[in-house]
Amino acid sequence: MFTRKFWIKAGLLALFLAVAGHAALPQTTGSDSQSERIAKLEQAVAEAKGSADNSWMLMSSALVLMMTGPGLALFYGGLVRKKNVLATMMQSFALMALVTVLWALIGYSLSFGSGNSFIGSLSHLFLRGVGAQPDAAYAATIPQQTFMVYQLMFAIITPALITGAFAERMKFSAMVLFMILWSVVIYDPMAHMVWGKGGLLNAALGGRFPTLDFAGGTVVHVTSGVSALVCALYLGKRLGYPQESMPPHSVVLSFIGACLLWVGWFGFNAGSALSAGSLATSAFVATHFAAAAAVVGWAGAEWLRNGKPSALGAISGAVAGLVAITPAAGFVSPMSALCIGLIAGVFCYWMVSRVKARLGYDDSLDAFGVHGVGGTIGALLTGVFAASAVNPIFKDAQGNPLASGFLEGNYGQLLNQFVGVAIAWGLAAVGTVVILKVVDLTVGLRVSSDHEIQGLDLSQHGEEGYYWEVSA
Amino acid sequence: MTKVEAVIQPSRFEAVKEVLAELGVEGMTISDVRGHGRQKGHTEIYRGREYSVDLVPKIKVEMVLPDNLVDAAVDAILQTAGSGKIGDGKIFLYRVEEAIRIRNQERGVAAL
Repeated sequence: MFTRKFWIKAGLLALFLAVAGHAALPQTTGSDSQSERIAKLEQAVAEAKGSADNSWMLMSSALVLMMTGPGLALFYGGLVRKKNVLATMMQSFALMALVTVLWALIGYSLSFGSGNSFIGSLSHLFLRGVGAQPDAAYAATIPQQTFMVYQLMFAIITPALITGAFAERMKFSAMVLFMILWSVVIYDPMAHMVWGKGGLLNAALGGRFPTLDFAGGTVVHVTSGVSALVCALYLGKRLGYPQESMPPHSVVLSFIGACLLWVGWFGFNAGSALSAGSLATSAFVATHFAAAAAVVGWAGAEWLRNGKPSALGAISGAVAGLVAITPAAGFVSPMSALCIGLIAGVFCYWMVSRVKARLGYDDSLDAFGVHGVGGTIGALLTGVFAASAVNPIFKDAQGNPLASGFLEGNYGQLLNQFVGVAIAWGLAAVGTVVILKVVDLTVGLRVSSDHEIQGLDLSQHGEEGYYWEVSA
Repeated sequence: MTKVEAVIQPSRFEAVKEVLAELGVEGMTISDVRGHGRQKGHTEIYRGREYSVDLVPKIKVEMVLPDNLVDAAVDAILQTAGSGKIGDGKIFLYRVEEAIRIRNQERGVAAL
């Protein structure tokens, strides 16, 4: 009988022969000159790197989509009353479809086509010229199509974040029109300014005010958070708020959603390295550490104030920390990430629990308190903590790294961060008011009070999230 | 003692609870119920298949009150739960023979 040992030995021998035979092959065909062989080798190495980068970027694209559905859909869906659960989840899901179509037709071109300082161009209309060839200005090792689809996932989640502010009271038709306009008028220009070729705030491609924003602190979180605040103010409070209690109908759903967001965020931030190297690792680590510190910050603050750390507080803290580290990941060290997370966790808790109540606006699911505030803190702290050892973004003429952030002595960077944040605030606030006005005058923003009382699941979609059966 | 049983619109419950508390009603029992009177239900559609839902959600409030509170409580419910539309609900009154607090065996109004 053959023993197990025998088979292992035989297997190893076969493997050895196969490898040896394979390695011998080029020598047997061997009329290539030395330089030809080196050229072939270089091409093979480039292809291998391209494949590695591409696989990580496709993975990251999928992770970022997962943040919207099911991540955000569950997170927000659990926070509303049960009569609105489907309508709330449907808003996120609808954006997965709507923004995708819009992106293919015009969005990508307006964001990443080479245009002026403020907006792209129509050069990539209908995705013309977006194929297997990399666009070296953005990401030299992956097909431009990969870059395009990765950026699309950001364009999806950003407006989906806003839905938390007008949850439980906006008409579905109004949401659709609002989001189409918002994507084109606010998201595309903002993405172009920060990340597009020649954009006003682009730090890597020669912008006038180089703002450090690794994964979208200004583009994604400040714009969505500020727009959320404007929406909450414009639409007014939900019927019965704040006299009636409107607690989340299922923190369990929100819990699952928040955990999916945390995991998806690795694609969001580490993917923003646009390659699979050590920069991606650095962003990944910073992301994770900030989220953890923010959980400690928010839940700890709650524990001290209310005597109990809540599950909802812990998961809200995680999201706040992830938001704040979004612009900074890829620029800061793990210790700085812990600081940023802790500060964001405590500050967002204070905004959501104290300041919101005092100011009296009804941002149903705290899209502003978490994304607007967390994004702003993160963008400013990026200017403080950015380290050239982590990411030498600024270089002198000889290619030597220059100081990145305030702590390294680049004091002007904080000012640039301010400019970036101010532009994001201004564009989001003014643009959102105009868009809301247009939608209000055409299709109308708010559901009737009868429909609001009945719940949006029934009044907008003709369904119930939890169908009530008489058991037989 | 009288038992007041009111079936009302869920959206009015918070307001009703508040006025009753102001009147000095110290306890109540609430149930999520479904039912129908003259109010018509609605249709829901799942993958093109229509379901007619004729049992609509309501809140049932039950409380046992000393007789001097009953009229005021009924008035308060009428005013806060009423919109003048079909579907506002109903109030039923029953005489109650005895009430007993389990903790200390108090009886009658003292047990309420």
